[in-house]
Parts: sequence; C-alpha cells; structure tokens
Amino acid sequence: MVAQPQENRQTGEALPPRKTRLEDFWEIFRQNRLAIAGLVIFVIFLFTALAGLFLTSGKDPVFNPSLVRLQEKLRPPLSTPKRDTLEPHEIPTRGIYLFGTDNLGRDVFSRMLQGAWVSLTVGFVAVGIAVLVGIVMGGMAGYFGQNAINLGHVLVLCLLVGGPGFMAGGALYTGAFLTALGLACLLYRFLSGKWPLLLGLCVMTVDTLIMRLVDIMLCFPSFFLILTVVALLPASMYNIMVVIGLTSWMGTARFVRAEFLSLREQDFVTAARALGVHNLRIIFRHMLPNAIAPVLVSATIGIATAILTEAGLSFLGFGVPPPHATWGNILSDGKNFIFDAPWLTFIPGFAILIVVLCFNLFGEGLRDALNPKLRERT
Amino acid sequence: MVSFIGRSIIQKTVTLFFVSVVSFMIIHLAPGKPSQVDPLNPKFTPEMVERFRQQFHLDKPLYEQYLLFYRDLFTGKTVSWKDNQSVLKKIWERFLNSLPLFLVGTLLTWTLSFPVGIRAAIHRGGLYDRSTTFFSYLLISIPGFFFAYILIIFVVTRFHVPVIGMETFGITSGSLAHQVMDRIWHLLIPSVLGATGGIAVLSRYVRSQMLEVEGQDYVRTARAKGLPPDQVHYKHALRNALLPFVTMFGLILPGLIGGSVIIESIFSWPGMGRMAYEAILARDYPVILTVNFVSAVLVLAGTFVSDLLYMVVDPRIRL
Repeated sequence: MVAQPQENRQTGEALPPRKTRLEDFWEIFRQNRLAIAGLVIFVIFLFTALAGLFLTSGKDPVFNPSLVRLQEKLRPPLSTPKRDTLEPHEIPTRGIYLFGTDNLGRDVFSRMLQGAWVSLTVGFVAVGIAVLVGIVMGGMAGYFGQNAINLGHVLVLCLLVGGPGFMAGGALYTGAFLTALGLACLLYRFLSGKWPLLLGLCVMTVDTLIMRLVDIMLCFPSFFLILTVVALLPASMYNIMVVIGLTSWMGTARFVRAEFLSLREQDFVTAARALGVHNLRIIFRHMLPNAIAPVLVSATIGIATAILTEAGLSFLGFGVPPPHATWGNILSDGKNFIFDAPWLTFIPGFAILIVVLCFNLFGEGLRDALNPKLRERT
Repeated sequence: MVSFIGRSIIQKTVTLFFVSVVSFMIIHLAPGKPSQVDPLNPKFTPEMVERFRQQFHLDKPLYEQYLLFYRDLFTGKTVSWKDNQSVLKKIWERFLNSLPLFLVGTLLTWTLSFPVGIRAAIHRGGLYDRSTTFFSYLLISIPGFFFAYILIIFVVTRFHVPVIGMETFGITSGSLAHQVMDRIWHLLIPSVLGATGGIAVLSRYVRSQMLEVEGQDYVRTARAKGLPPDQVHYKHALRNALLPFVTMFGLILPGLIGGSVIIESIFSWPGMGRMAYEAILARDYPVILTVNFVSAVLVLAGTFVSDLLYMVVDPRIRL
C-alpha cells in the first residue's frame, strides 16, 4: 500500500492519501495497552543498558561494579556508607548504596547497570545469529528446495572435506590424491555442464536435506544441549551467545520456508522472474520483506527466551565468567544470603522478570498487529 | 496407514543415527579431555591416565570409539566413568525419582489450563480474560529459579512445607500413611513450580484455539438456532477446539528429561535432570551421551505418536 492520492471515481475529487502500512500497523498496535507498556519498558531498558555500558566501563568508571569494600558488606538498599571506615575513592557515587551491597561489599546498583548491558547483548546477538541462520536455511529450503542434490555433490564434498582431513591427520599422499580427485570432479562438472554417468543420480532435494537437519536439531533437548556445550567450552560471554543462537534457529527456518513456499507461487514473483530479475534480488527485495513479519515476532520472543536461558546458565554456574556481573550471577550469588539479604535475590530477579515480560508483551502485540486476519476484523 | 508407519520409522531411524553421530562429535571434539579432569589429584599419575584411556577405549580412533560406545549401549553394558555402575541402571533409578514430579506436574498443567483458557475465551475482553492474560505472561516471563526462591521464602516460613529432597531424612520408622504423606508433602512445591510455566503457555493456547473455533460458521449456526450457550460452547466449539491438543499428548514425552535441571538442583531432587547436570560437571561422557540418546528417542517417539493420534482423531488428515 503506497501513499498516493486516489481519485474518487464518481465525483472526480481527490481523496486524502491512504494510510501507509506503518500507520496501519501503528493504529492497531496502539490499542494494545500491554504491548505499549512493553515497548516503553523496552526503550527504558535500552537506554539503561547503554548508560550502564558507559558508566561502568573504562579505567575510572562513574559506578565501579568491582570495587570490594569488605567492611561494608550486605548493607541494605538506600543505606548510606560509614564514611569514617572508607577511603575517599571507595565512597559510592552520590554517597548512597541505592540497591545495597553484596557479600563482598560491592555496590549492587553498579553491578545491575553492568549486567543490563550483558543481558541486552546476549539477547540481541543470540537472536541475531538464530534469525540469520534461520533465514538462510529457510530461504534456501523454500526457494531452491526443488533442486536436487546428486551423488556427485556428495562425493565431491566428501573428497574435499576428507582430503585435507587426511592431510592434517598425517596421510599426506592419500589426502593430496583425494583432494585432487575432488577438484578434478568439480572441474569436469563445470566444463561439461553435467555429471558423468552415475554421479547424476539424485540422492535427495535441498529441501529434504535442510528439513532433516532441522529435525535432527529439534531432537536435542535444547537447554541440556546448551548446558553441555557451554560446560565443555571455555567460559566466555561470546560462546554463550553463539551457542544459544545456533540451537534456536529451527523455528525461524520453518517460518521462512513456509512463507517462501507460498510466496514463490505468487504472480509478482513470476513477473519478476519473467523480467529476468536475478534470483538473489527476487529473494531479498521481493520475497523476504513479505515473509519477515512472523520472523520479527518470533525474534522478539526469542530475545526474552535467550535472556532467560542466560540467566539460567549463570544460575547453574556456567554463565558469563565471574568478574563480569550479570543479573543471573548476581542472583545466584545472592541466593546464599536469601534470608539475611533478600534484596540480592529480589532486585535482579524482578529486573529479569520485567525485561523478559516487556519483550513477551511487545512480541505478542506485534503478532496481533501484523496478523492480517485480525486487521480485517477491526 | 501401514506405509506411513513404515516410512516414518525408517525416517526416524535415520534421524536418530545422525543425532547419535552429532552428539558424539560435539562431546568428543570439544576442547579438554576427560582423563584430565582432575590433574591436581596426586593419585592421577600418568600410568593411571594411560590405564583410564585404555579401559574406556579413549586411545582408539574416533569412529572406533563411536562404534564401541553404541555397541555397549545397545547391549546394555555401558558403564559410567565415575563409579563403574551400569548407566542404564543409574538412569532407570533416577527416572523413577523424576516420574512422580513429571506426572503431578503434567496432571496439574492439563487439568488447570483448560478451564482457565476456555473461560477466558468465552468472556473475551472481559476483566477475567485480561487478568489471566497478564498473569500468564507474568508466569512465562519469570525465571524459574527466582520464582522458586519466592515460593521458598513464603511457603517455608508460613506453612513449613519441606523444600529439600524427596523425603524427610530417616523417615523409615513412621507408619506407611505417614511416609506417603511425607512424600506428597515434599512433592508439592517442585511440581507446582514445574507446572506453572506449562499452565501459562497451555491456557493461552487453549484460549486462542477456542477463539478460532468460536468464529466459525457452524458455531454461529448453532447459536442462531437457539441452542443454550453452554451447549454451543462445550458441545460445538470445545470438541473441535480440542483437536490440536490430542497431538500434544505425544509432545509432552520429551518433558520427562529436559527442563527439570534447574528445579531439581534447587530442591536437591535426585532426578534425571540433576544426574545429567552432575554428569556434565564430571565429564562423564557415557552418561551424557546416553541421556541425550534417550531423550532423542523420546522426541522422535513423541512426534510419531502425535502424528498417529492426529490421524485417528481427524479423518481429514491423510499422511
């Protein structure tokens, strides 16, 4: 729907421009008060996380999250520091422990600020990876799904992977021979344009391959798989993001494939193909924008899930490694003092709850507003 | 029907084979070796490491290890690297511990979410609908371990419900009824916690299914011919809205293993999830791989059962 002045057939007067898609979307979205609340909290969270990144990093941060004051441990929220026992640089910013201190006397407010950025990046990067892999996989399965994978493809792949593998394993001559054989096959394929004899035999289609891959991935219990991989790999924030991302792309792939399968039969795609538009351009300019709505919704909810997963991992002791504060590990450290210092459990717990809730509400609002069925009804 | 069963069994066997390969590779290609788990232990001399490696075939090439492992698994001879006990026996014991938790949790989920969802759908947009919507989002969003601690604080201090383990330590002297009640008492909080997330998700799903069916023409017809509202809701609408849930019976099977790690470790419940967690910590590869294999079998069996059930309840489906 493009904003164009339309002409009224009967009277010939120009009508005001029709609503654009975005306005249309906003109209519906605005009525959902919970979703609006989610959006507002999300924006606040975004700014907090950004501010947290700047205020707690660097050499002399405004809020120092790792400063240990053993004489000031487990002070309740809103308490003021005992100034006579502290060095001047140890006095917290603004002279107050806004969220109290933990068992090492570190300022919980600064740690929460630092953790906000971690939660945000874990959520966004993990979901970014998942969406990217999902779109590529789903797009390939949906658009190039009917293309056959021949015996030749499999053979060349085996040779080209196995050859260098043998070389790395020590069998130099065998490896070199296999690699050369693989390259020769590839060369022959490109020169003659077809596979020799038996190698042209169709094994499966691209669609089958990708969808079986999705099935295989879905067989793993996801939290258990993430836990295993994170426990085996060296502890780092990036590993966690990548692992969460690589174990949660299957839903997106299925959505995109389904959308692509129905879109590629539509007239505008046929028209584009008839005009000689390149495949990639058809995919990215014509089909993807039409298929993106369910992906957006599942991505928003995926961010919420990723934040929860990271918190769960931190809770079990496999999260972001210690000097760095995250909401999950503030909570998991605080649980030992649950009766003496409940704020160490409740502050990060409610922070996670509110942020995850806002992503969920926003995602559901998005789903309702982007759903064409609901749009027609209102 | 027969051809469908045959096809899907073949397909699922192939999938299972690849799952076993992938999980084996993930475990064995990750950095670090199980023989180095305890390098500071003075008893762990190089000779010991060498014997350990020989004992568990770690000196063989990877594909041979793979074949040996799955041969052992299928003949039931796999042993844990930590205590030399049979893995299948260990898993079976832990499974029996997890089972009551799973059963009570599932029962709570399925009995509570239907009334909640149906009522919300019938009174769409009302106060009840809006508040249950908000509460289910709240329950979906709350981290399980945080919710567990809130419950612990309130319930332990107010009602003295036990939150550690499966039974009171040294309870064996009491009467049978006393022991049974003790078990149930211990089961209460973990199973309620396990059910909350499920109730929230499932009741939302029930609601949306009900809403979809209530918008159908035959429901309008039923209403137009003057049937009482109860009959329209429960006879015409509900029966058709139930269709997709029949298939979900198959999909709850994998829940036997996954998802209980955190709850079981908070409540010191000696179940499957905690065993898997401890195995990961100790790099006990046979246990990790077996748990993974069993859960993959459960997932595949679950989808198979749900496909079959769908075919039975919905004659329009031809697979």
